Amino acid sequence: MSTDAAGIAIRARGLTKRFGDLVAVDHVDLEVPSRHVYGFLGPNGSGKSTTIRMLCGLLTPSAGEIEVLGLSIPAQAEALRRHIGYMTQKFSLFEDLTVRENLEFLAAVQGVPKARTGSRIDELVDQYHFGDRQNQLAGTMSGGQKQRLALAGAVIHEPELLFLDEPTSAVDPESRRDFWEKLFELADVGTTLLVSTHLMDEAERCHRLAILDHGALVADGTPGELTGKLEGRTFIVEAADPRRAQRALVDVPGMLGVAQVGTALRVLTADTTESGDRKPTDIAQRMQAALAAAGQKAEVATTPPNLEDVFVAVTRNGHAKQERAA
Amino acid sequence: MNGRRLWAIVVKELRQLRRDRITLAMIVGIPVIQLVLFGYAINMNLRGLAAGIADQSNTAGSRALVMDMLATGVVAPVATVNTSQEVMAMIRRGEISIGIVVPPDFERRRIDGREAVQVLVDGSDTAVQGAAVQLAQVPLDSAAPATRAPATSTPPTPPISVVSFYNPERRSAVNIVPGLIGVILTMTMVLFTAIAIVRERERGNMELLIATPLTSAELMIGKVLPYIGIGLVQTTVILALGIWLFAVPVRGSMLDVYVAAGLLILANLTLGLLISTRAQSQFQAMQMTFFVFLPSILLSGFMFPFAGMPKIVQWLAEVLPLTHFLRLIRGVMLRGASLGELWIDVLALAAFVVVMMGAAILRFRKRLD
Repeated sequence: MSTDAAGIAIRARGLTKRFGDLVAVDHVDLEVPSRHVYGFLGPNGSGKSTTIRMLCGLLTPSAGEIEVLGLSIPAQAEALRRHIGYMTQKFSLFEDLTVRENLEFLAAVQGVPKARTGSRIDELVDQYHFGDRQNQLAGTMSGGQKQRLALAGAVIHEPELLFLDEPTSAVDPESRRDFWEKLFELADVGTTLLVSTHLMDEAERCHRLAILDHGALVADGTPGELTGKLEGRTFIVEAADPRRAQRALVDVPGMLGVAQVGTALRVLTADTTESGDRKPTDIAQRMQAALAAAGQKAEVATTPPNLEDVFVAVTRNGHAKQERAA
Repeated sequence: MNGRRLWAIVVKELRQLRRDRITLAMIVGIPVIQLVLFGYAINMNLRGLAAGIADQSNTAGSRALVMDMLATGVVAPVATVNTSQEVMAMIRRGEISIGIVVPPDFERRRIDGREAVQVLVDGSDTAVQGAAVQLAQVPLDSAAPATRAPATSTPPTPPISVVSFYNPERRSAVNIVPGLIGVILTMTMVLFTAIAIVRERERGNMELLIATPLTSAELMIGKVLPYIGIGLVQTTVILALGIWLFAVPVRGSMLDVYVAAGLLILANLTLGLLISTRAQSQFQAMQMTFFVFLPSILLSGFMFPFAGMPKIVQWLAEVLPLTHFLRLIRGVMLRGASLGELWIDVLALAAFVVVMMGAAILRFRKRLD
């Protein structure tokens, strides 16, 4: 079992899931290269979990084709199970079993060879820092510890492909950093990881990512590619009264987003070709004029775009399209 | 079917159960408490039952008879009335449990050898019936000469007739304890597995389990196996208490008793599994369990005689595992029958197990939708 010649671990075409009238996932096309950390970025309810569940064969798609590790899903979902690990959004190990008992159970169920089970569990206990907590009940551990245990359980059989559904949602920043270290260690040894998140800083760590909004895939690429497309469209406005400056700016044509960040405003403008501006400086001048008209003394400067800007840009476009279609 | 995965489920279930102190306590506690509670109803040596007396004859002989009955201590007079209708009304109102009616022609009936005294019994309390039998043994007049021999070959009519209201089939301790094994096993076993799958769904464990190579059959059988052992422990507790406290006989083979119990345990566990694949929450699972539990108690023949039920209800009762188990256990323990002689009910229970287990495995999908 391996990825195909092109090194693609997951391929999906026109993936759709309907729950009654609700379209949770809407014609998603996806290609996840192997040995990558691939991110799914999107707000709650954007279809991230549903997509992951369809990819690992837990939900039957309403339409579309899926190929994971060369297997056709959901038809060959059973054969796929032994090659994937799945870390659920909610802690799904047994809270009334100890750390070691949970790992023993998963080792047996995932078919880790009997002779190897003991040493594999020792290895994981060591790697994931459970040395003195092996006999602690899983239910009595902190959020970060549970998360580590869930990850240890998901990789006990050394899967080629690992699905992680918002793995760090209940974890403090320090634990999150450690957790991501573990994910990159896994990618280093050849594991493909698909991680869903709604946190921008996590998305920035991914090799590639797809942005989901209302069940549709609105953008994908490396973080650099995605932010690169917004070059020249992001500004920082330093104003004495940011609230009033914000009110003055929202009505300027070509504004996609004006958000307050501390004492400054972060401004995302529409695509220059669409707004009819020849240079980024044109819109900067319009902003200056609007601020002056409102009696605001302010500095407008360009700033490098980040993923949050990308997210705002692609989701605003999506809404605009929907409005036009309606 | 992979033995190692199956065993992993069994070990997991036992480890979880070991940490669940309350459930563990209930495994032994339920049979003990219920048997002792029911022990009151089982106890036949009752004293001081409220009695109403209607001595319509009021002769020296009838007064002596009533005094003899009171002297047994079984009944305590609470009312003296004039007619049998009044006695019946008092029984209906629950004011008395036993009515003694001496008809006006008591003396002549006694001489004729006909039934001379009626003891009216509130049969809704099984223990009272037993007490009435004791009363019926009081001789009409120990000093009187033997009654005239009957002209026909029919056996002589007993001088005191016992008329039981509301519960025509008499029951006794030995009849209840074997049935109680079945009732307790039905109550505990169905619930154990009914919440087994639902609980994992509610706690989120199911999403983890179905993403692994575990098969439906491994999961279902792995969930049943540990509870068979628990069911046999409960059987032993009830049997031991029944023999020790209530001197219930085991006339057939002990092995047959355990095989019959094992079959009922399996039938109930697999029924519970089927409920569990259907229910969306633990609360629903409990409701469905009680939906099965009440008919089991009422229709199986444990409380009311099976023979007295309408045909259509009898067919319904044939679907309940407890009905077949009661026939098996009463046959083996009380009549000394072997399971071979009762093969039809053995077969019925086995078929029930196969159908329920099959349905549960087929119904359980390793999918979230």
